[in-house]
Amino acid sequence: MDVGERLTDQNFPESPEKATLEGKNKFLGFWLFLGGETVLFATLFGTYLGLRNSFGKGPEASEIFQLPMVFAATIILLTSSLTSVYAVLALKENRVKQMRRWFFITLLLGLSFLGLEIYEFVEYVHEGHTFTSGAFGSAFYTLVGFHGGHVLFGCLWITALLVRNSGRGLTLYNAPKYYLFALYWHFVDVVWVFIFTVVYLMGKVG
Amino acid sequence: MSNAHAANKSVLWDWLTTVDHKKIGILYLVSGGFFFLVGGLEAVLIRIQLMNPEMTFLTGNLYNQVLTMHGTTMIFLAAMPIIFGFMNAVVPLQIGARDVAFPFVNSLGFWLFFFGGVLLNLSWFLGGAPDAGWTAYAPLSTTSTGHGVDFYVLGLQIAGAGTLMGGINFLVTIINMRAPGMTFMRMPLFTWTAFVTSGLILFAFPALTIGFFLLMFDRVFEANFFDANMGGNAIIWEHIFWIFGHPEVYILILPAFGIISEVVATFSRKRLFGYSAMVFATVLIGFLGFMVWAHHMFTVGLGPVANSIFAVATMAIAIPTGVKIFNWVFTMWGGKIRFTTANLFSVGFIPTFVMGGVTGVMLAAAPADYQYHDSYFVVAHFHYVIVGGLILGLFSGLYYWYPRMFGLMLNEALGKWNFWTFFIGFHLTFFPQHFLGLMGMPRRYFTYPEEFGLGSLNFISTIGAVFMTVGTIIFIINVVVTHAKGKKVSGDPWDGRTLEWAIPNPTPHYNFLQTPLVRGLDALWIEKMAGNKKMTPAEPVGDIHMPNNSILPLIMSLGFFIAGFGFIYYSSAGAPALIAIIVGLGIGLACMFLRSWIDDHGHHLHKEDLLKEDKGVDA
Ligand code: HEM
Ligand SMILES: [Cu+2]
Repeated sequence: MDVGERLTDQNFPESPEKATLEGKNKFLGFWLFLGGETVLFATLFGTYLGLRNSFGKGPEASEIFQLPMVFAATIILLTSSLTSVYAVLALKENRVKQMRRWFFITLLLGLSFLGLEIYEFVEYVHEGHTFTSGAFGSAFYTLVGFHGGHVLFGCLWITALLVRNSGRGLTLYNAPKYYLFALYWHFVDVVWVFIFTVVYLMGKVG
Repeated sequence: MSNAHAANKSVLWDWLTTVDHKKIGILYLVSGGFFFLVGGLEAVLIRIQLMNPEMTFLTGNLYNQVLTMHGTTMIFLAAMPIIFGFMNAVVPLQIGARDVAFPFVNSLGFWLFFFGGVLLNLSWFLGGAPDAGWTAYAPLSTTSTGHGVDFYVLGLQIAGAGTLMGGINFLVTIINMRAPGMTFMRMPLFTWTAFVTSGLILFAFPALTIGFFLLMFDRVFEANFFDANMGGNAIIWEHIFWIFGHPEVYILILPAFGIISEVVATFSRKRLFGYSAMVFATVLIGFLGFMVWAHHMFTVGLGPVANSIFAVATMAIAIPTGVKIFNWVFTMWGGKIRFTTANLFSVGFIPTFVMGGVTGVMLAAAPADYQYHDSYFVVAHFHYVIVGGLILGLFSGLYYWYPRMFGLMLNEALGKWNFWTFFIGFHLTFFPQHFLGLMGMPRRYFTYPEEFGLGSLNFISTIGAVFMTVGTIIFIINVVVTHAKGKKVSGDPWDGRTLEWAIPNPTPHYNFLQTPLVRGLDALWIEKMAGNKKMTPAEPVGDIHMPNNSILPLIMSLGFFIAGFGFIYYSSAGAPALIAIIVGLGIGLACMFLRSWIDDHGHHLHKEDLLKEDKGVDA
């Protein structure tokens, strides 16, 4: 069968994302890439932990962090992970319409998370907590910003996938692409859980 | 589509767009070789300056720049790419694959390295090279004036991204693309070391990526990571650098171990002694390599507990390393040894590397290291392991695999001259440096006073460098002569044991007409012993699926190169630099987008054409 051919319910394989060698390679390669990303974020977390009480000229963490808003952002992102799970479930059953719908909702949630984050950063800057106000500021914006950058990249990625494949069914060529996006999205989500704990909760407690 | 369309495009275009691992291997080797010559030239300049006391040939800031660029170039732009060259050229063949897992990414990795290297070296012509040492310790690096260190950060960031991609690519290739029967414990040792090295790359390079970002933010965007006045902490840089840096030295040496294992076994006409112990030692070295980084920071003041733990962990690495040494010696024991040039380099490697290991264990004794640290003793140590280890290994690999990579055999007589001049020159250069260090000569100083009595050993060291230069020139002559004569060799000139020798010369671009069936370690040797002329195929002849060439990797890398310039000049040039950043990143992202947008299913080579072509080769 040609990899570009639209899959039907009859010839639909158990795991379309891993049905070809290319798909298997992508799947494994992406997991390994996430392993590298883990080291990347671990290094950022380590740096942040070393500098989180060095406020320099800026305000202290416990003065500025707004837990309710961050909590809302957390819920939004966690929900988006759930919607991407629904999308993958649909993918596995060749229900293209549903899959695309769930991915679209995931995208919207991702964008609202970004919106909240930008709003939050603007607030902080007004209160004197900036990238250059002290070592804490640099470490905070770098860690949280790297995560935000990942969310942004994910949004661009799924947008491109959805637009490119609009009107096209699932194939052995595009199934791995959708699937990898979902993996990526979960990873970005997990990182956020750590950020919420290490940066915000620990920052509030002092 | 068949391969007919490729013929009417130009040769240059073919090399710029290639996704063939064999060609990418050659690209890595040639550009890595070029940077090796650049780094070598810098080394000679350093040795001239240090030849006699109080010389004024190359002093002050310029000396710092040459020293920094020597180390940086050799590690990141010479050693790493040449290793990737061999991994590309050999690993897919050794496991019986038709290409790597991600041919497109493979090409992207190369071009990123290439543009990163060019960017770094352009600093020479644009106001001065980096001058804060290859380790770029803060606050020296954060306060260094001019743009030198910015070139270091951005150049290596781009090159490093390429390396990371290469690491992932080889991990997936080795896990997923082995021929039928090629179990993990039947893989040739070079493939094993490539595998572990790739794993180390995957887990070590991201730390450096972040380190570079932090350094860049401090220098370009006025962040305060390493600025103590604003609450920053310069020691964080040291930790990050060495969390990457120590695994990096094993990233470098493991592939050399792999080469030595192949060469020693082939030229002893024996199976490698203690294969499973070798595999285990390789994995163990890779694992322990992550737990010892603070041995570079014994004098920082981490305290006696931390220093002791890291000292013991460091010494522990000597154990698996010792296992390897013994296994090579036992492989030769009772073997029918042929001292080809490749084997000379391998045999020369063994005692030389042992000496480097011994000084390593000396350095690992934390209290003693207070004396050795930042002296020429350390310089002697790491040149024994890197030049006496890695570079000898790379030369060995070059002489060994040249027939496979280029279809030509390097001249053996010149090869022996190459070996002896380089080998003697090496020991002459670096052996005295142990004593210079013990006598108190600090590293990275551009001169020393007459009355310290360091003159004669330094003079000997410089003479040694001349010999090494001669050795390198003989190698270049050898390459020129070999290609001028152009005498073709068979696909198996050394009576090889592993799969890369099971294919005709020149290597068909699909590597294996039929995927081979592997029946044990040293797959080809097993067939030879069974009286077979060829590998037993695992499949009938059929259509072969091949990836398409693409120019996108080059353009994408060019985009990041342009953005790199923007970041370098952002702090002084403002708006124009910002435009470069936006344009460059835009090009990079657009290429990614295009890659995602354009469906690329590759193409098929048809059975009938393949059979015709194959006949042509045999006739
Ligand atoms: C038995 C194995 C080894 C041990 C115990 C060991 C130990 C050490 C120690 C303790 C230092 C720090 C010395 C100081 O700065 O005071 C050091 C430096 C160094 N080692 Fe090793 N080493 C070993 C093998 C290697 C290998 C295989 C390589 C590379 C292929 C290597 C490359 C280096 C480099 C580049 C430095 C100096 C880095 C710098 O400060 O610029 N070592 N080694
Ligand atoms: Cu080390």
